[in-house]
Amino acid sequence: MFVELNHLLNSDLENLKQGELTLICDIRTDGSFLVHHFLSLYLRAGCKVCFLALVQSFSHYNIVAQKLGVNLTTAKERGQLVFLEGLKTSVNVLLGDGQKSEQKNPLQFLSDTSSDLKVLYDFVRDSLTQPSTSAWKCPVLLVDDVSVLLSLGVNAIRLLDFLHYCRATICSQLEGNMVVLTNSSDDSEDEENELLVNYLSHHSNLILQVEGLATGFCKEVHGQLRITWKGSCRLKGEKDVVKDYQYRIHDKTVTFFARGTSAAVL
Amino acid sequence: MQPAAASSFRRKVGGGLAVIPGTRASVRNGQLLVSSGVASLDSLIGGGLAVGTLLLIEEDKYNMYSNLLLKYFLAEGVVCHHDLFVASAEEDPSIILQELPMPLLDDFHKNNLDKEEKTTGELQKSMKIAWRYQNLPKLEVTPAACSRFGHYYDLSKSMSSELLQAVRCHTFFLPTECCSTADVYTSLLQSIFKVIQQEGFDGSCPQKKNKNILRIVLQSLGSGLWGDDICCSDHPQHLHSLTRFLHVLRGLLRMSLSVCVLSLPAHLIQSKAVRSRVRNLSDTVVGLESFIGSERETNPLYKDYQGLFHVHQSPRLNSLLCDVSGTKDLAFKLKRKQLTIECLHLPPDVSDRVSRSSKQDLSECSKVLSAGRADLTTGRTHLDF
Repeated sequence: MFVELNHLLNSDLENLKQGELTLICDIRTDGSFLVHHFLSLYLRAGCKVCFLALVQSFSHYNIVAQKLGVNLTTAKERGQLVFLEGLKTSVNVLLGDGQKSEQKNPLQFLSDTSSDLKVLYDFVRDSLTQPSTSAWKCPVLLVDDVSVLLSLGVNAIRLLDFLHYCRATICSQLEGNMVVLTNSSDDSEDEENELLVNYLSHHSNLILQVEGLATGFCKEVHGQLRITWKGSCRLKGEKDVVKDYQYRIHDKTVTFFARGTSAAVL
Repeated sequence: MQPAAASSFRRKVGGGLAVIPGTRASVRNGQLLVSSGVASLDSLIGGGLAVGTLLLIEEDKYNMYSNLLLKYFLAEGVVCHHDLFVASAEEDPSIILQELPMPLLDDFHKNNLDKEEKTTGELQKSMKIAWRYQNLPKLEVTPAACSRFGHYYDLSKSMSSELLQAVRCHTFFLPTECCSTADVYTSLLQSIFKVIQQEGFDGSCPQKKNKNILRIVLQSLGSGLWGDDICCSDHPQHLHSLTRFLHVLRGLLRMSLSVCVLSLPAHLIQSKAVRSRVRNLSDTVVGLESFIGSERETNPLYKDYQGLFHVHQSPRLNSLLCDVSGTKDLAFKLKRKQLTIECLHLPPDVSDRVSRSSKQDLSECSKVLSAGRADLTTGRTHLDF
């Protein structure tokens, strides 16, 4: 959890906003530091978290989370975190020893191209629907790179369906939050991905767009973050609020500063 | 708890990682690293290839130099007695193995290096203009003979067969492999998986004997010879087979003691979407851009080099940061005996660590310079423009 980012986003550990969809969109750079931020933020706040980690292994997320002061292993044991390790699961689906277990694998669609993402949706819903006795606060769904699902051969329309179902269930029914990372670039001519980014940015309440510097690589400034708060009520003519910052990633934290005010150039 | 006889602070020693020959632990994130066989490439990608990761090499146009990198990687595996897995659709893997470069013996190499150092020492004495280059650490680091991480090779000779016979090598040659052409990638995955399980590289059930590393080399994946049409048509039928293969392969690598180098004819892939997806699904991505056939071939700026070397993506492993070397302008040079990657020129020095005084010095220097110019242009106080 980066305290500076919490200040920028006006978010607070004590009273988190509920029912929000946050889109992290990275362009020609890696926005995964924001995923680590939200993961540690929600775990600290005591939310029930379901994390679909399709890019890296569990140990990677765990080690980074430990740097940010959260232990994923204990969170898993306490039942606070449900972690789907995409890399491992997909190996099991495609190269499993043939023993078809009763329990359906969330990434079933890999072996059966005609199937949709219903099993994955069921997995998300089951892990976030909690009994009324549980002590965890609002449920949160985190997805590290939705666009990986497109690379795995999921039809774009089916993916949008999946996201719509998730939004309906988590954001409105359970009053929880969703944080979704997707990859995007202007010149990749990837129509499916564009469709996905458009859908998500239309429906999200907060967009964090991470971009590499247009002038190229710099040691001291790692990129630019554009925060867009969507106007909550379009009918009243509220406009989006946009703010730009530049950031630098350190070993355990990230510093944000206004454009052009890096310590290197002042 | 330990009794408080000594201080509670103890230096972590190795963590039991460095028992495998030819590996070392990364200083930055504790990952186990293996050498790619080219010392200058190792230093560019954070000290070496982390075990369990995937290096994607985007081939140069005529595929002359990327194959060399694959051979270096294999040769390094032979010298370190790692197991090899070679898959190809074009050349027979056994022929690839016969053409590996010969490793240089340590003492022989030292002599060579001493000579080199002498000449560079003389060079440095005479070098006055490029003062910023003087303190630059050379990319070519000499590996200590005892650490046995990374070796040097002679490209002009091929490796002796005795060395090769000592290594276990698994091959996958597409034309002789009987599989349905529809799903080449699945059968390739299955054969890698079989090797990993049978030879005990699996992380979940640790090896009982000596631990070892499996080096996987996949040549020109995605080309037409693999039965893939992403290089041939704008709207390929099997758009997702390569990306799905990469995802599952990465899962396999993460679970086992193996490391994979894969070359891909990226310039042939028609759809930009596939290209960017493939990059996103790999850990490290480097690209070779040879000058052959381009106008740069005759440009005097590049006369010492054969092509440009791009590091498109560095892996983020166990940390928020990724290892990024300072310079992005790199070029490779193929001499008769070896391939090296060098930095073409330095980026401008803008950093918050440069002391203020030196910056002021610079500005004073420039003042003096401009004053000098003013002297030359007598009587003129303003510039014309």
